[in-house]
Amino acid sequence: MTDIERHSYDVVVIGAGGSGLRAAIEARLRGKKTAIISKSLFGKAHTVMAEGGAAAAMGNANSRDNSQVHFRDTMRGGKFLNNWRMAELHANEAPDRVWELEAWGAVFDRTKDGKISQRNFGGHEYPRLAHVGDRTGLEMIRTLQQKVVALQQEDAVSHGDPEAMIKVFAETTITRLVKDGDRIAGAFGYVRDSGSFILFEAPAVVLATGGIGKTYKVTSNSWEYTGDGHALALLAGAKLLNMEFVQLHPTGMVWPPSVKGLLVTESVRGDGGVLRNSEGKRFMFNYVPDVFRAQYAETEEEADGWYADPENNRRPPELLPRDEVARSINSEVKAGRGSEHDGVFLDIASRLPAEEILRRLPSMCVQFKELADVDITKEPMEVGPTCHYVMGGVEVDPDTAAAAVPGLFAAGEVSGGMHGSNRLGGNSLSDLLVFGRRAGIGAADYLDGLTARPAIAQADLEAAAAEASAPLERPGGENPYTVHAELQDIMTNLVGLIRVETEMKQALAELEKLRERVLTVGAAGGRGYNPGWHLALDLRNMLIVAECVALAALERQESRGGHARDDFPQMSPEWRKVNLICTLDGDRVHLSRQPMKPMRPDLLARFDRDELKKYLTPDELPAPVTPEEKH
Amino acid sequence: MGYQAQLRIWRGDAGRGDLADYKVEVNEGEVVLDVLHRLQATQAGDLAIRWNCKAGKCGSCSMEINGRPRLACMTRMSTFGENETLTITPMRTFPVIRDLVTDVSFNYAKAREIPSFTPDPATKPGEFRMQQVDVNRSQEFRKCIECFLCQNTCHVIRDHTENEGAFAGPRFLMRIAELEMHPADTADRREIAQDDFGLGLCNITKCCTEVCPEHIKITDNALIPMKERVAGRKYDPLVWLGSKIGRRQVKDTPKVPGKK
Amino acid sequence: MTQATDTSSRTRAQIADRTLRKDPWWRAPAITATLLTIWVLYATVHVFLGRWYWVPKYHYLTPFYSPCISGSCATGSASLGTWFGKVPSIIPYALVSLPFVLGFRLTCYYYRRAYYRAFWRAPAACAVREPHKTYTGETRFPLIMQNLHRYFFFAVILISVLNTYDLTQAFRGPNGDFGLGLGTLIMLINVMLLWAYTLSCHSCRHITGGRLRHFSAHPVRYWIWTQVSKLNGRHMQLAWITLGTLMLTDLYIMLVASGAISDLRFYN
Repeated sequence: MTDIERHSYDVVVIGAGGSGLRAAIEARLRGKKTAIISKSLFGKAHTVMAEGGAAAAMGNANSRDNSQVHFRDTMRGGKFLNNWRMAELHANEAPDRVWELEAWGAVFDRTKDGKISQRNFGGHEYPRLAHVGDRTGLEMIRTLQQKVVALQQEDAVSHGDPEAMIKVFAETTITRLVKDGDRIAGAFGYVRDSGSFILFEAPAVVLATGGIGKTYKVTSNSWEYTGDGHALALLAGAKLLNMEFVQLHPTGMVWPPSVKGLLVTESVRGDGGVLRNSEGKRFMFNYVPDVFRAQYAETEEEADGWYADPENNRRPPELLPRDEVARSINSEVKAGRGSEHDGVFLDIASRLPAEEILRRLPSMCVQFKELADVDITKEPMEVGPTCHYVMGGVEVDPDTAAAAVPGLFAAGEVSGGMHGSNRLGGNSLSDLLVFGRRAGIGAADYLDGLTARPAIAQADLEAAAAEASAPLERPGGENPYTVHAELQDIMTNLVGLIRVETEMKQALAELEKLRERVLTVGAAGGRGYNPGWHLALDLRNMLIVAECVALAALERQESRGGHARDDFPQMSPEWRKVNLICTLDGDRVHLSRQPMKPMRPDLLARFDRDELKKYLTPDELPAPVTPEEKH
Repeated sequence: MGYQAQLRIWRGDAGRGDLADYKVEVNEGEVVLDVLHRLQATQAGDLAIRWNCKAGKCGSCSMEINGRPRLACMTRMSTFGENETLTITPMRTFPVIRDLVTDVSFNYAKAREIPSFTPDPATKPGEFRMQQVDVNRSQEFRKCIECFLCQNTCHVIRDHTENEGAFAGPRFLMRIAELEMHPADTADRREIAQDDFGLGLCNITKCCTEVCPEHIKITDNALIPMKERVAGRKYDPLVWLGSKIGRRQVKDTPKVPGKK
Repeated sequence: MTQATDTSSRTRAQIADRTLRKDPWWRAPAITATLLTIWVLYATVHVFLGRWYWVPKYHYLTPFYSPCISGSCATGSASLGTWFGKVPSIIPYALVSLPFVLGFRLTCYYYRRAYYRAFWRAPAACAVREPHKTYTGETRFPLIMQNLHRYFFFAVILISVLNTYDLTQAFRGPNGDFGLGLGTLIMLINVMLLWAYTLSCHSCRHITGGRLRHFSAHPVRYWIWTQVSKLNGRHMQLAWITLGTLMLTDLYIMLVASGAISDLRFYN
C-alpha cells in the first residue's frame, strides 16, 4: 500500500479560482478550518482570463439600473431556462459582492464621481460591468488571493501559524471524493510535484473546479479545464444539469493556428467595436431574432447613436447575447462571406482613436501585436467562435449551493442552472462571488448541523490509489496526448456549435470506442511532475463529461442558447419546461428528464406578458391583466 | 512552412540534470510553448512544463530561452533563426522540481510578510470614493501576472542566495509601492520596505523592468518612488528633526509575523 | 509556503555557464564604460587646467568654471566675486559648485544604473552572473549616501540658475550691448538641456507630486507631476545628451578662449 499523506479539515474547497477562493474565505470567516486545493499555482486559476468585468446592478453609470432589470436580462439571456431563484439571488447580491472586493483592495476603474465605473456588455440593458481595463478577472483573483493572505496574517497573530485556519495546497489534484455511506467524508488526490498521494478528511467539500473547455479543440479555456468537478460529482452520486449548453464565445482569435480560440474580449464590442463580413457589411443587423427585435437597433445610425444617447436609441446588434452572435458569425462564414481564415472582422480601429483603444483594451493590443502581428488600433481583428463556458453543471440548491450528496457543494462554472441555456458576459465573475460565498455559508451551516464526523474506509482509499497509479503501471500503454486530441476532435466536429442527430450519434459511438482506449493509456516516467500521467488521469473526467454533453445534446430536440440543432432550429416552450439530468450508473452515463419548477409569480410579473408568450406555454402564462386591475 | 527546430532542453530534478537535444517540427505562427507541447505529445511525454492559459495572462510558463527570462507562451518561434539551436532552461533563481518546472514558494512566503491593504475601518463597502487619477498608479502595478520573471532575473538573489532572507524582490517591493500609493490605504510601510524587505539592496539596474512581460515600469514607477519615499522617512534630516521636536509623528506599520 | 511536501532538499538547476545568452549583451556596458571614461578624463583635464575657460570679449564662461570664485579667476569671470586669494589650479576655480554637480550625477538614478552595470558589473547585463562574492547594494556606507540625491538636486537647481545667468551674459557683445554668436547659441542649448535633465530627475518627480497619495486633491501639483513624469521618461536620454552638450560647450569655449578658433558672430 502506497503512503498517503493525511490532513484533517472542516471544509475542503477544490479549485482556487474566483468561486473557490470566495467560498474558502467565507468558510474561514465562519470559523471553519479550510483547505484550498489548487490544481495550478495559487493565483493562476482560469479566472485570470476573464477580461470584461463583473455584472452588478450598482447603478453607477446609469441610475435606472437595479437588480430587477439585471434579473430580467439574465433570464432573457438564458432563454428562460435559468434556475430563476439563482438568477434572483445573483442579481440581488452581486453589488454587495463587488463592493466587498473593493474593501479587500480591488482597484476598479472609476466614474467621474469616484464610484466604480461600469461598462456595456452584450445582453445587459444598462452599463453594468465593474471592470479594470480588460483584465478584470486578474484583479479579482489577485484580490481574493490577497484576502486569503490577509486572513492568514491574522491567523499568524492569533494562532501563531498563518496556515492554522486556511491553507492553500498548490499544484494538487483531487481524483476521487470519498464518502461515508451517502455522505461526503473527504477528498483523495495527488501532489503534482512529488506525485505522492494525499487525503483530506473533511465532512464538507466545495467543488469549484470550473469548466470543461479542454474537451474541445478550439477553446479559450486553460489547461485545468478538464471537467474535474463535473466528473467528481457524478462519481460521488450527484447530478449534472443541462450539460448540452456549451457557450461558444463569438470572438476568439482564428489566426495563427497556434492561438486559434484565444479569447477576444466582448469589451471590444461593448466599447464600440463592430463586426463586418468580407464585403465590409455590418451583418449583425440581419440576425436579430424576434424575441430581441424590440430592444435592438435597425440602422447603423441608431446603433451608433446608442453609445452616447442610450435613452433615445436602441442597442447595436453586435451586443446581442453571445449565442446569437456566435451563430451569426458561423452563418456568414458558411455563406462564403468570411475572412481568409474562416472568421469575420472585428473592427475597433475605425471606431475609436488609437490612444483610447490602448487605454481601454491594453491586453488585447498586446495579444494581437505579439501573437498575430496585428495592430488593432490600425486594422481589424479576425475572429470566430471559440468554446468558452459550460452553462450546465452540478445541480445545486440555489440558496445553499448544496448538491444532491450530503456534504457536497458546488459553485461557479461547475454548478449548473444559474445561466440557463446561455450566459451573459459579465455574469460569470459575479456568479463566482455570489455563489462562492453561498457555498461557503452552506458548508459552514452543514458542519454546524453535524453530530459526528464521517469516517473513511481503508478499502476506498486503496481503490482510489490503485486507480490513480494505474497509468504509471502501463508505461507502454496508449499515448494520452493522442487520445486527448481525438476526443477534442470528436467534440469539436460532431458536438460543436451547430448540431445534428446523425453527427451526435456518431460522436457517441466514437466516444464509446475511446472509452476502451482511455482504460489503456499509460505514462512513461516517474511520479514526480509527470504531465503525461496527469493527462492520463484527466482523460477519465473529460470522457465522462463529453458523454454527458453528447447525450443531452442528442436528447434536447430544440435550439436554445448554447444548444443549436440544425434538425430542430426552433425554440420550443414545451422543452423549456424540461431539465436534462445526467447521472452515473456504474461506469455508464445515464440521462433523464426532470420538470422545471414553475417561476414564482412575483418574478413572472417582472416581465411583459407579450414577452413571456415567446418563451412559455399558454398554460404557464399569468392571467391577462384587465384594464381596471392594471390601474 | 514547417521546419525542424533544434532544441536543447534542461532535464533533470533536484538540481542534477543536463541539456538534452531534440528535434521538433515547427509550424507558422507558433510560440515556444507550442513546440514544447509537440515535444511532449510525440517524444517526451513526461517532460515537465508548468503552463495554464497559453495567452500571457496567468504567468505560469516562465523559463529561460537562450539565456533570457521569458514566458514560453509569448515567445514566438519566428524571433529565432530556423538553424538556431534554442537552449531552454528552468528559471535559475528558484530550486528545480523537475525539468523546466521550479519551486517558486519563495515568492508566496514573501507575499505573506507584507502588511495587507489597510483601509480606514470607518469606510464601509460601497462607500469608497476614489478618482481615476488616484488609482492609475496602483492599477499599473496590479497588472502584474506574478510570473516571477523579475524575481528570477534580479541579481540581488539570483547571484547571491545569501540575500534571500533580506530581500523581497521587485515583485513584492512593487506590491508595497502599490499599497503606499493606494488612495484608501492608511498604513505606512516605508520603514519596513527598507529594513525588512531590502529596498536598499536594489541598485536599480532595471533588469526587472527589462523582463516584465506586462511592460510594467517597475523601476521608474515603483522602486525609485519607493526609494524616494524611504529617503523621506529615514534619510531626510528635516523629517528627522521634525520627529525629534514632535512636529511630525510617524507611525510605522510593522512587518507581519510568520510561523512561531 | 503553499507546498504540502518537504521542499528543503531542492536546489537550483546546476548550470555552470555564467549566462546562456547568445546576443551581444556585453556591448551596451562596454559602450557605456568607454563613453563615461572619455568624458571623465576630458572634464578632469580641463577642470584642473586653470585656463581657456573664459572669453572676455563675448562674456562666455564655461560651465566647468561657474561660479569662478578663486582669486586666480580672470577679470570679469567671477560673477559671484572671488572668495579667496590666488591659488594654483589644482584647486578648481568652481570648487563651490563642482562637488554638487558631480554628486548630482553620481547619485542620479540613471547614472547609478549605468555605472553599476558598466564598471561594477553588478550585473553587466540581465541574467548574466556578476563577478562579486557578496553584495550589499545600497545599504551601507558609502552607497547608502545615494539616498541624498534630493539634496544634490536642490543644489543643482541653484547652479542651474547660475548657468542661466552666465547665459544671459553671453548675450552681451564686446561693447556690452546685445550680441549673438555661435557660442551664445551653444550655451543656450546647453542650459536648456541642463534644465530639462535637472527637472526630469526622479527626486524632482517625487517632490513635485509623486509623494502624494491623492492627486485629485492637488490638481496643480498633479499637473506638474505629469509634466515632470513625461520628462522623466527621457531621463536617460537627457543624461547622455547633457554630457555631450556640456563637453561641446566647454570645448567650444576652450577653443575660442585659447585662440584656436574665433567665435562665429551673427550680431555684434
